[in-house]
Parts: sequence; C-alpha cells; structure tokens
Amino acid sequence: MTTLSGMPSLLRQNDLSGPGVAVDEREARLQLRGQIARLEAELAGLFAEAFGHTEVPHRVEAPSAGPRVLDLGQLEAVRDDLATRAAEARQALVERWRVEDGNRELVERMLAAPQDYKWVRVSRQDLGLHGCGHWHSRPRLGPIGMLMGWWRVKISSGCPLSGRLAAVDREDQARQAGRLA
Amino acid sequence: MGWVPAPQQGWVAPHIASEFPGLGVAWVEVDSKPGRSPDPVRRRLRDLSDRTYGSQAIRLRERPIPWAYRVFFRQIGLDPDRTRTPVEQLTLDRLHDGGFRSNGLPRDALDIAIVETGVALRAFDAERVEGRLCIRDSAPGESLSGAPGDLARGTLVIADERRPLGLLFGPTAAGAAVERASRRVAVAAVQVKGVPQIAVEEALWLAGSTLEAA
Repeated sequence: MTTLSGMPSLLRQNDLSGPGVAVDEREARLQLRGQIARLEAELAGLFAEAFGHTEVPHRVEAPSAGPRVLDLGQLEAVRDDLATRAAEARQALVERWRVEDGNRELVERMLAAPQDYKWVRVSRQDLGLHGCGHWHSRPRLGPIGMLMGWWRVKISSGCPLSGRLAAVDREDQARQAGRLA
Repeated sequence: MGWVPAPQQGWVAPHIASEFPGLGVAWVEVDSKPGRSPDPVRRRLRDLSDRTYGSQAIRLRERPIPWAYRVFFRQIGLDPDRTRTPVEQLTLDRLHDGGFRSNGLPRDALDIAIVETGVALRAFDAERVEGRLCIRDSAPGESLSGAPGDLARGTLVIADERRPLGLLFGPTAAGAAVERASRRVAVAAVQVKGVPQIAVEEALWLAGSTLEAA
C-alpha cells in the first residue's frame, strides 16, 4: 500500500510536466518553424515550375488575424497545411506532365500518319511549350485532298504580329461603327 | 547621393528574440520633406520598371531574401499570398500598372530600395519617434493610435520607447506616419532570419541617400 501513496498526486496532473518530465515547447516550436521554412521553399519551387503549365494549389490560410507568436497547435496546422498543399501541387504537376507526354506522343503519331488523325489539332500549350502555334492534321488542296485522302500535319507559324493584331482591332472597330450607323 | 548616417540597431524583446533568432530592426534618420519626387528618382523608378519582368515575379519567391520574408510571414500567422511581403507587393503592382508608379517621397525612395534589395522597409516621422525602435508583443490594453479597439494580446508591433508605431508588416499608427508637415524621416528595416546584414545596410543606405539627395 505504501508504494501506491504517490498515485493520487500523479492522477491529479493534467499535463506532462510531472516529476522529472519537462516539456520544452519552445524547442518544438523552433523545429516546426524549420519545417515550415523547408515546406515553403518546396512549395515555391513547385509553384514556379508549374507556372505556365498548370495551376497548382498553393494557398494556405492564415491561422491568425494579425502578426503574433503562434502556439504549438497553430504552427502544426500551418505545417500540415503546407505539407498537404505541397503534396497536392506535386500531384497536379505529375498529372500535367503525363498529359503533356501523351500529347507529345500524339503529335509524333500525327506526323507519322496524318490520315489517322483527321482534323486533330494540338497546340504548343498542350505540350507545355511557350508561345503560339499548333499542329493541325488537315487535307492538302482542301476538298480535293479530303476526297483523295491526302492528309498532312500543318504547323502554324507562331504568334500573330502586333501589326496584324492592330489591323484586326481596326476592322472590328470599323464593323462596329458601320453597325451603329 | 547624399550622406547617410550609420544605421542604428533597435532591439527585440528577449522572449520574441528567443522564438525568432535573426529577427531585428535597424533604422536611419534623414532630413527630408515629403512631396513630389524629383526627376532623377522618377527616372530611377522607370529604369527599375524596365528591369522587372513577369518571369522574375514568378521566380521571386524562390530568391533567398523574398523567401525568408515569406517564411517569416507564415511563422507569425500571416498568409503571404494575402498580406504580401513588401517586395512581392511592389512587383505585383509593377505588373498590374505596367510600371512602378511614383507616389512621391519618401515612398519612392523606399520602393526603390525594397525592389533593389528585397528588404522590408517602412518610414516613420522621426520627430515623433521617442528613443530606440524595437519589436515586441503588445501589452494588455495597448492600442494602435488611429485604429479602433485594443490590440489583441501578443500582437507583434514595431514600437518606440513609449508606444506601438505600427503592426509588424501592418498599418502604421496615426501620428507616427510621415505627413506633409514632417521634416525628418526614420527609415526602418525589419530583418528576419535568412536576410544578411549587408542587405539591410544596403537597403537603408539606398533609401536614406535617395531621400537626402532629393
């Protein structure tokens, strides 16, 4: 019975700071801040890598309304949210690469056998490339080529020049003015 | 460029410093009258606009100093995609407006230094700053003058020896901001872990010398 005499005092304790047990929360907070820094770097890299290819989730809501020293729970929540976003971003990027690889293979097949991919059109964006342009499977000599089965892949020559775009704007304005008159 | 005094080092409350090693505040005081920026400053803003592209904005968060501020924002409970770090906000404004807009002095001087170095700067009316600047948490019942209600306990502020001058990376208290009647400006830099001391000194020198020369 004498050996159990210390039990009631142990049972009354709600936290871990019992005899000989000291919890250094500050150290835990420092470690969590280090993890947040690493995850933020990873997410920044994924965000930059994905830009122009796909949108990746990167937002993590703020746990407080103003600047303050976050407690352990809040830091854990930020760390967990960042880890989740990083995982989602990585997944989104992998899926996008898969789609782009598929499109690249499609273009190769189109170039090899255009007649098997009639009217199929793949843009540079579909391949994760910058700029304008697309690969378009279409018949030579219009309707004659269609009837004869003369198909080819036409590669567009890039972005329209600014002068051409301005001319289109002017045509639109003239058309609008004519309609109003 | 004008003569700029050496930066003065502020202090950080010990319990905040132990949580955030590397956190610091430094400032310089220069004579300057707010108003329209002179031509050389406006030209410098235009040159900066020509050197800032969209691709740089995307890669900005990967650069060491902007990244350090993003991390610190996360660590103090701010979302850096909502409450932008100073350099990211300026870069976004540049893309949105098609160039860095001139907002007069001292704002233009600070903008130039922030974009060039990435360091977070802010300006106060030096004649209304009492003693050394510091970073601390708010005391119970303390408020930011000009803002309704008391500050939530533990809110991180930049303060002088008498009162909070502004939230850390937030609004400035009424009466502490640079106004038309101000004749001396305190340019303060908030340093966080990962921001080298030399970058802080360069930012303060750049902002201070631009204000002195104007």
